[in-house]
Amino acid sequence: MSQPDLKQVWEWLDGVPDPEIPVISLVDLGIIRGVDWQGDTLIVTVTPTYSGCPATSIINMDIETALRGHGIDKLELKRQLSPAWTTDWLTQKGRDALEEYGIAPPQPAGGPSRCPRCGGENLEKLSQFGSTPCKAHWRCKDCLEPFDYFKCI
Amino acid sequence: MAPMTENAVDQAALLQFLLRMGDNTLILGHRVSEWCGHSPVLEEDIALANTALDLIGQTQLWLGLAAEVEGQGGDADKLAFLRDAWDFRNVLLVELPNGDFGQTLMRQFLFDTWQSIMLGRLMKSSDPRVAAIAEKASKEVAYHVERSADTVVGLGDGTAESHDRMQAALDYLYPYVGEMFLSDEVDAAMVAAGIAPDPADLRSEYDALVGKVLAHATLAVPDGKYTHKGGRTGYMHTEYLGHVLTSMQWLQRAYPGAEW
Repeated sequence: MSQPDLKQVWEWLDGVPDPEIPVISLVDLGIIRGVDWQGDTLIVTVTPTYSGCPATSIINMDIETALRGHGIDKLELKRQLSPAWTTDWLTQKGRDALEEYGIAPPQPAGGPSRCPRCGGENLEKLSQFGSTPCKAHWRCKDCLEPFDYFKCI
Repeated sequence: MAPMTENAVDQAALLQFLLRMGDNTLILGHRVSEWCGHSPVLEEDIALANTALDLIGQTQLWLGLAAEVEGQGGDADKLAFLRDAWDFRNVLLVELPNGDFGQTLMRQFLFDTWQSIMLGRLMKSSDPRVAAIAEKASKEVAYHVERSADTVVGLGDGTAESHDRMQAALDYLYPYVGEMFLSDEVDAAMVAAGIAPDPADLRSEYDALVGKVLAHATLAVPDGKYTHKGGRTGYMHTEYLGHVLTSMQWLQRAYPGAEW
């Protein structure tokens, strides 16, 4: 087969969901740092979100499975630490999907701007950490529901 | 064969430096993970487990690079699970028992502050591999120190009982702080190569930061200048390290090469 162009590869990767927050793709998450052909080998450069995030190995496996499924046999995954991942790399599509799903997207101010359920702005922090390394735990004092906040780093 | 530029750097000293960084995060990460399922409230349990996870993740990076520098076909797992106590290079502070929740958070604060300053310097390392790990880890550690400092203030300036417990924790742990700032020939080689700072140079910044938080926490910094040492050189660990290792390494010792 002929080499798929890179735009096509990016689209395929955008179809791979994050294993822990499946409403956003790996591309939305901003962890795919590069896709390139080197000869007949496709090089995919990935950066970890948190250094100890247990999803990292699953993510690598999911990328391989997806791309092999699209007929790419020669594939190499590269880990890149620098520049370190930042939530600034989340796409707008990803931020919208997070909020729709019930996770408040990261804000530069360091806390959520509104409750992802009722839109209330009367919020309090319950814990700086949450159910995954990338999230903190907050509560809305209007609707009284707790919710996850995607930490801004 | 290693490129010429690497030959100029003392690889044995670089290996020691990397083991010191990685063993600190490994042993503290394991200690903090001991709280999983035992914390006073669920939120704290989750916070401690996440902190431990970050530390173990950083360990994979530091010890992974250490194994690469060692060049004997090892990896981070082998270094973590198949060395014995005398080969560990962590400071004594991180191997001390958890004690109560307050003592664990005080130890975390004393270490986080050091680590945040150290990583800030290492981001300018002449070795791009070291700089990249520091850049990654420093974001996580900034978050750790914010939380441990807040908790130290909350408990120190809390009830009479929480205050007394935090002061007791500080009195117990403070004689172990000095080891993080000791320098030897390994550090001298790292400074000469531009890879890492002289730990002694971090002390004034550390004292200022720690002093500020402890003052907020209404806690008194102990007077004594005595420092327990021997961990980062491997000269003599406390008896606690062996107990940590029997638990941490048990699976690989009993079932060599086990994977899942």
